[in-house]
Amino acid sequence: MRDRAALVGAGVVVLALLPIPLSDFRTVQLATVGAYFIAILGLDVLTGHSGQISLGHGAFMAVGAYTTAILMSSHGVRDLATIPIAAGVAGGVGLLVGVPALRLSGLHLALATFGIAIAVPTVLKKFDHFTGGSAGITLFGKSTQTGHGAGVKILGEQLTNDEWLYALTWTIGVVLFLLTWWLLASRFGRSLRAVRDSEVAAAASGINRSAHKVAAFGVSAAYAGVAGSLLAINVAYVSPDTFPIQLSLSLLVGAVVGFFGSIWGAILGALLIQFLADIVGLIPHVDARQGGPTTFFFGLVLVVLMLVLPAVSKVGSRVANRGYSRAP
Amino acid sequence: MTNVLQQIVSGLASGGIYGSLALAIVLIHRSTGVVNFAQGELATLSAFICWSLMDHGWAFWPAFGATLALSFLGGVVLQQTVIRPIHGGSLVGIVILTIGLLIAVNGLDSWIWGGAAKQFHGPFSTSPISVGGVAFSKQDIGVVAVSIVAVVLIGLLFAKTKLGLGLRAAAVNPVEARLAGVRVGAMLALGWGLASALGAVAGVLAAPSLFLEPNMMQTVLLYAFAAAVLGGMDSPVGAVVGGLLIGVLLNLVGTYVHWIGGELRLATALAVILGVLLVRPVGLFGRAAVRRV
Amino acid sequence: MSLLELRDVEARYGELRALHGVTLTVEEGDFVAILGANGAGKTTTLRAISGTVKTSGDILFDGQKVFRRTPEAMARRGVAHVPEGRGTFATLSVLDNLRLGAWVQRGFSTRDLANVFEFFPRLYDHRDQQAGTLSGGEQQMLALARAMMAKPRLLLLDEPSLGLAPLVVREIFSSLTQMNEGGTTVMVVEQNAMIALSAARHAYVLETGRVVLGGEAADLQRAESVRRSYLGY
Repeated sequence: MRDRAALVGAGVVVLALLPIPLSDFRTVQLATVGAYFIAILGLDVLTGHSGQISLGHGAFMAVGAYTTAILMSSHGVRDLATIPIAAGVAGGVGLLVGVPALRLSGLHLALATFGIAIAVPTVLKKFDHFTGGSAGITLFGKSTQTGHGAGVKILGEQLTNDEWLYALTWTIGVVLFLLTWWLLASRFGRSLRAVRDSEVAAAASGINRSAHKVAAFGVSAAYAGVAGSLLAINVAYVSPDTFPIQLSLSLLVGAVVGFFGSIWGAILGALLIQFLADIVGLIPHVDARQGGPTTFFFGLVLVVLMLVLPAVSKVGSRVANRGYSRAP
Repeated sequence: MTNVLQQIVSGLASGGIYGSLALAIVLIHRSTGVVNFAQGELATLSAFICWSLMDHGWAFWPAFGATLALSFLGGVVLQQTVIRPIHGGSLVGIVILTIGLLIAVNGLDSWIWGGAAKQFHGPFSTSPISVGGVAFSKQDIGVVAVSIVAVVLIGLLFAKTKLGLGLRAAAVNPVEARLAGVRVGAMLALGWGLASALGAVAGVLAAPSLFLEPNMMQTVLLYAFAAAVLGGMDSPVGAVVGGLLIGVLLNLVGTYVHWIGGELRLATALAVILGVLLVRPVGLFGRAAVRRV
Repeated sequence: MSLLELRDVEARYGELRALHGVTLTVEEGDFVAILGANGAGKTTTLRAISGTVKTSGDILFDGQKVFRRTPEAMARRGVAHVPEGRGTFATLSVLDNLRLGAWVQRGFSTRDLANVFEFFPRLYDHRDQQAGTLSGGEQQMLALARAMMAKPRLLLLDEPSLGLAPLVVREIFSSLTQMNEGGTTVMVVEQNAMIALSAARHAYVLETGRVVLGGEAADLQRAESVRRSYLGY
């Protein structure tokens, strides 16, 4: 336990120092990684720990992002203040989705969430008086932006806009990470895993399966909402095409890379999503700019992982569960 | 009135495409218990292969035949290399694997053939014929006819042949099937091979009207899922009937329900999926597996 | 030359060793009962014969060592294994279940089906129904009927009486006796020692993965240890 806390401490220090040698471009890329990291944490809770598969987490990110965008552009709410609101709205939607999800078996839930992910961009385009339609909503330079896109002064230090976004995202990221760690180690987490592993046994232990499963949906959707909100603040623009099915599937890949339950691996997953194109570009004769090769390798990574994972998953689940005390 | 008929006729034509892909999905589900999220992308890949052969001077029918054979083989190879190792594993794992295939095949298509749409000249002419004010083409008739023929053949295979019995048994109870002497491994491979060949049919049917590009089947996949769910995930007849129904429904709803319009077709398909799964999960033609306790 | 011979057969499930060296012989045409408490290894013995579980030691069928003993291969050699729980294909019709039984035959004639229906008339009434809708007793009969369709040389049954009413159990065993009289070698694993020993001609008793007693069924019925442990008097 103590060595894990030390690891977290070291991680925080590294995070704090990282932007110094890096260019602004890399810094803002890492800010995006932070947003993905938060979304993957949520997915870990939902699929890794409560066993409910969601292929549509991008939809919850869209809810968070659009909440932020609409509040910032039409209602004069400061960007920072929109983040908890986005979490709440997305979490609420998650709870709403979680209730009918109880009636859907794993496969059916996968189909349903897949459908949601594909359909979301078109729904966003349709309700254009609300969402700005295909054109989306631009946030750049607005008064509601902290620092107006030009940078922020903190404790006497002048941060560039990119450094500010990085700091914002990762502060929230670390906080949520610790929150997730605590949550999963608590009785709630143990109950979740009990429900995942055997509904019958969980019921026999008096755990309210439905309440836990719905709560997991709500929590993970709230995380995705925060992630979406941060992305909107980061890019200063939202549009329906920001959240295609590929995003939901990428989050899934990220979660799988993180062994689906090991929240430590979530960082790996987030990094992979952001930087795979760069990695693929290193392969000789491959033009990564076209998108085809990157996508191909993305899928290949997932396939290979799923083949290797059963052999490795024993290690993975032991790693994931080691930080937690065993169920009473 | 003619407009309604027109919508129905066009809906049947698109529905035939949805139904063909749904048939492939149902076939894999029925014979291996897996829902193959990559089915649409594999169909696109087959269509691209057919296009490449024709691009190299092959006539349509030889190219199509070769594509069918290659797709069948590809399905068998896929099952043996990638699906078999995780068979019987967690559902989440298998779903994610097929998603990985979806992503990989999509990327492969882009990588090899690029993202620009290509013209695909199918066997049926696309020039419109007008009968009583309703326009359709031979391609449309061809699509519906082929889907119906396909489902009849598959239905006959399953119900009347020893092979079909083996396929069904291997899916229902693989352990018992082996004890009865059924080579379950071969059955599973066969199921995937057949489904991939069916997918190739769907892809080739779709390409002339949808334009051949890597994302061609992305939305069709959702419509095909809706068709399969509506018809019952284990019913070949349900898949094709479901497809035709979905095609017509989407057209009628899109035209006559104004607040849905043409933009919410995907959302409508999603609504069908959710509705069926929540209200009557076995679909129109599915039979609930009855278990005596 | 015996039909089936097991020599010092061991079997394990992962780390757990279930058979510690089982030796037994079954002659063609015999009716053999395997008795023993729960966990003694009775089910595993049948699985060893049908190739469902990996074993070490020798298993000879018709005097020959069978090398690649997979369930499919043993089925082709004429072994029909009806596992605990009937093993019916619940969502397939009764008729389809029976057709499956004849899988290892080149084809089956309607004569074969008719024979089976004569044996089990109730199945004819249910022939188009899903097998899962049948009662427990009817499913057991279906399992037997399916085995009959395979015209097996060796019929292995695991706990056929489980969960069935005494009257039904008697019907099942009388069918088994009839099949045996028709030339099929029958090997039954049973907890219900009484009925098993009255139907069988030979019997073995297993304890913790080993054969501890073997001989003619009538002798075992009289043996003191068997009476105390398995017959209750």
